[in-house]
Amino acid sequence: MSFLDALLYSLAGMAVVFFALVLLMCIIKIMTAVGDRAERRAAPAAAAPAAAPAPAPADRPLAPGTAGEVKLYDTDPRTAAMLMAIVADEMQAPLNELRFISIREVKEN
Amino acid sequence: MSIVDTLGRLAQTSGFYMLAFSWRQLVMIVIACVLLYLGLVKKFEPLLLVGIAFGMLLTNLPGSNMYHPELWDAYIAGQLRLTDIIHDGGLLDILYIGVKSGLYPSLIFMGVGAMTDFGPLLANPKSLLLGAAAQLGIFAAFLMAIGIFGFDPNVAASIGIIGGADGPTAIWLTSKLAPDYLAPIAIAAYSYMALIPLIQPPVMRLLTTKEERETKMEQLRPVSKKQKILFPIIVTIFVCLLLPSVAPLLGCLMLGNLFKESGLTDRLSDTAQNALMNIVTIFLSTSVGATAVADRFLNPRTLFIILLGLIAFEFATIGGLLLGKLMYKLSGGKINPLIGSAGVSAVPMAARVSQMEGARANPSNFLLMHAMGPNVAGVIGSAVAAGFLLAVFGG
Repeated sequence: MSFLDALLYSLAGMAVVFFALVLLMCIIKIMTAVGDRAERRAAPAAAAPAAAPAPAPADRPLAPGTAGEVKLYDTDPRTAAMLMAIVADEMQAPLNELRFISIREVKEN
Repeated sequence: MSIVDTLGRLAQTSGFYMLAFSWRQLVMIVIACVLLYLGLVKKFEPLLLVGIAFGMLLTNLPGSNMYHPELWDAYIAGQLRLTDIIHDGGLLDILYIGVKSGLYPSLIFMGVGAMTDFGPLLANPKSLLLGAAAQLGIFAAFLMAIGIFGFDPNVAASIGIIGGADGPTAIWLTSKLAPDYLAPIAIAAYSYMALIPLIQPPVMRLLTTKEERETKMEQLRPVSKKQKILFPIIVTIFVCLLLPSVAPLLGCLMLGNLFKESGLTDRLSDTAQNALMNIVTIFLSTSVGATAVADRFLNPRTLFIILLGLIAFEFATIGGLLLGKLMYKLSGGKINPLIGSAGVSAVPMAARVSQMEGARANPSNFLLMHAMGPNVAGVIGSAVAAGFLLAVFGG
């Protein structure tokens, strides 16, 4: 094969690579635009019920999927949330399937 | 027959005796040990290099009869069938069937797909252009292999694919176009991939200004789950229709990715990226190493291949960087050109190098996720380039 032929094959190869990836780029852009439009259409429908005033709860309800309330002793809610997430991760179990009774900070004397 | 004769004949059948008359095999054993040292001690792509080096060691032990290149020559010439090779071949001949058929690289691609997050690419589709530009290395090396070193087009195409910085793609194409050169090409590809942190930074600093390297990029937009699921399906349909020869590689890559993203096939995704990937890596690396038989490997052309491989990597980096610079100008300084060098594939090493160089210029710069886009685009780009070369030179 001559150098000129090789050069032409190289140019054709680069053109094919660019064509394939530009085609993909266009497809992704179309996919994103279609997805965004669908989301925008769904947004007003979802916003309408949300706009209605929610009835005030008689008592503070538990979060959906929660497995009861946890009592905190000398522990702030942020630390407690972090500890529960770590325990759930270590046990490979969903957080809402675990029941925490209480979290207490152990202080050294 | 006396005991002395018996012992004499026994000695003549030993590998040590045969080695005394075959300095080439001795040299190959030394090379295999050097590669084992690089893999085990220097940690150069150990998952593959150790297997390749050990396969090389096994195939060059005189009398081991584990791999027979002459059987494969006869198979390529149409004088033997695969059943004959299974019947007459050694262990490594049987393992090599998976390389020859393109099975192992495709299965490895399935595992790679199951491990890859195309989110950064979907968030910034322009990354695909950088992945395309970085394929310049493939065609630059192909051109030099023909124009300067006088290689046949098939071999030149296989050498060029080293610039794709993608081991399975290089093995897949070479096993079909130039099987005799499989070992040096695979070794060059994996060695340079391990050396990316040394190869790329000088070129990156040379081709970019400090101001360009300091560019901070905006955070990527979030990508929906639906988009991530649709992407592998759409890529498979469009790219495989455009270039059917790339279907085994790209199809498996996208199937693995669909396993990961669907959220319904976690077991399959886990198998593809762990158990299957590990098993295939063992088979692939040892059988590729086995093709490094002394008579074929110890050739000045092997040195040319190693040199052309380095040139391919450098040109791939240059291609990505130059388009990155152009995008920097066109975007009004919003795109850091350093992410262009990640288009060479070598996931995720090349993206890490972009991150390191960006952070070196500006410690508050976080380019990793931005560089992952061109990085995974490079995988698709090199597969497309391999498909093109196979379609043109595969007969």
